[in-house]
Amino acid sequence: MAVSMTRITVLANPKRFLDYSSVLLPWTGGLAFVLLAVGLYWALFETPPDYQQHETVKIMFVHVPAAWMGIFVYSLIAGASLGGLVFRHPLSDVAAKSAAPLGAAFTALALVTGSLWGRPTWGTYWQWGDARLVSELLLLFIYFGYIALWNAIDDPTRAAKAAAVLALVGAADLPIIHFSVEWWNTLHQPNNTLVLGGGGIDPAFLWPLLIMALGYTVLFVWLWLLRMRTEIFERRARALMMAKGA
Amino acid sequence: MSAFQALLYRDMKLAFRAGGGASLAMAFFGLVISLQPFGVGPDLMLLSRIAGGVLWVTAALAAMLSLDRLFQADYEDGSLDIIALSPLSLEWAATAKMLAHWLTTGLPLVLLSPLLGLLLNLPAPGYLPLIMSLMIGTPALSGIGAIGAALTLSIRRGGLILVLIVLPLISPTLIFGAGTVIDAIEGTGRGAFALLAAFSVAVVGLSPFAAAASVRLNLAN
Amino acid sequence: MAVLSLVEVQDLLCERGGRRVFRNLSFAVATGQTLTLEGPNGAGKTSALRILSGLLPQTAGEVRVHMSAGYVVSDGEERGRLTGWVGHYDGVKGQLSVSENASFFAALYGARVAVQGVLDRVGLSRIADLPAQYLSAGQRKRLSLARLILSGRPLWLMDEPLSSLDAAGRRLTAELIGEHCDAGGIAIVATHETLGLDATRFFLGQA
Repeated sequence: MAVSMTRITVLANPKRFLDYSSVLLPWTGGLAFVLLAVGLYWALFETPPDYQQHETVKIMFVHVPAAWMGIFVYSLIAGASLGGLVFRHPLSDVAAKSAAPLGAAFTALALVTGSLWGRPTWGTYWQWGDARLVSELLLLFIYFGYIALWNAIDDPTRAAKAAAVLALVGAADLPIIHFSVEWWNTLHQPNNTLVLGGGGIDPAFLWPLLIMALGYTVLFVWLWLLRMRTEIFERRARALMMAKGA
Repeated sequence: MSAFQALLYRDMKLAFRAGGGASLAMAFFGLVISLQPFGVGPDLMLLSRIAGGVLWVTAALAAMLSLDRLFQADYEDGSLDIIALSPLSLEWAATAKMLAHWLTTGLPLVLLSPLLGLLLNLPAPGYLPLIMSLMIGTPALSGIGAIGAALTLSIRRGGLILVLIVLPLISPTLIFGAGTVIDAIEGTGRGAFALLAAFSVAVVGLSPFAAAASVRLNLAN
Repeated sequence: MAVLSLVEVQDLLCERGGRRVFRNLSFAVATGQTLTLEGPNGAGKTSALRILSGLLPQTAGEVRVHMSAGYVVSDGEERGRLTGWVGHYDGVKGQLSVSENASFFAALYGARVAVQGVLDRVGLSRIADLPAQYLSAGQRKRLSLARLILSGRPLWLMDEPLSSLDAAGRRLTAELIGEHCDAGGIAIVATHETLGLDATRFFLGQA
């Protein structure tokens, strides 16, 4: 059985991606701006204050979608890693590498806003009783480890494959980590999860939440495309320099 | 002697002769535990409350000390090529190395733990659960640690990155392990030990595959 | 032995780190033959050997090992099981003695010959109990040769085996390769220097 990898010179397949993305960029950027502007306005000015948490509940419109994005981006990275390792898709490692800092940023945003949201309720800036928040903290460290591994390995091909394996191992472990954190919570304190008054989501809150989530997603896509393009250009530059040296 | 045994014994011999292995990890374990009271104060009541958790976290850190050289040493001197080309599959080779690591690092820590429990005034019901949970939990540390070691084998001073990668991934072991001890002391049975065992079994069963894949990608690039 | 009848390489393409190392590499080596791979540094001799052994997957092209029994082996890992390897690094553990290193190789590869005899053959039996860290570079190379014999593999792939060896060591290497090929094995050797035996020479140029 002959082993022949799809020939991936930096100058072939990514060209199409660069062409498509240059068209998409301004539209996604504009759309993200519009969605976030609409979402924020609606969230801040058009929704009623929660009967318990009053106006501070509005932080949730920034926090909840950010938390979703942290997990969503990680699953994208895991999917791209699988695509790279198994299907040898040429752009997968670029996609994964570019997405990671964005996912970490969303997770960090979720943690900071979660802390601010909880402060009035808890009296402190951090509570270990919110299993979701604690899991997000561990997710942030998983992002750090992933990014560190990319940066620490000199050879780009090797770094890509190693990071892919790490992403997949992390993806398998994350549900277990979340479960163990929830389990851990059952002893120590009553569930302190940041929720809205009744627990269910009032439809008045649902729409702006979804718009914010969509806005974050489009924002992510815009930034992701930008980062991927930069990465591809950097690789081209490097290839040119190496060809010169040879 | 089978190929598996040959690699296992060789790694164990190397761990003892390279002047490290068990003694280094045990010394680290003992030292950090001894420093705890300097940090939190000598109040025995307080120490006994935190003993279970502190012993677990410290043991986990100590177990990871010798991990970065697990594959790196063989990679640097060409032995990894030899092992990869041998009749022993890389999956079994990884298992042999994990087992050697556990026997020379994890197990000694388990045996030392009750002594250190005395230093921290671990309550009496906690000793047996401490030993049992460490015994069952440390193999998972060797397992995920082996994956991290294989991923970082080409990195100079990869030890810190290794710890950064591995620690979040073994948080379930820490949580269930410390939970076993705490549950025994406080009388709350939440099935921590069963969960710990289940996670360890899954990790030990699956990590040789991930570790072998990581070794392969490093040899090929 | 005569386990192998032919090792065939066709249109091999090797790219590493985005750089093309070599392409359209083709050659064939039959039973009992030795092939030397020669060429300047960076020509890809080591990469070619690693591809042959299956350690490095090739970017394109085929490697086929024809077995005397009639079937063909192409899979990298299976080729690895047929390979006796001497690389740049000697794979010797300094904290173990010479005979401990050799016994490890023997057990790992399931050697059918006695370790003592092999150490005699490569001239290391006098220092069998010496910790390997005290060996000279030439002695370490001899230990690699011992490993090669102990592996009992039909295809010998050797990367600069003569470096660090004195005249006696080079004669020994040539003898061992000669004996191996006479017994039906195949040897492919990357080298800058003359091997000292009948071999087909193959030149790897710049890509």
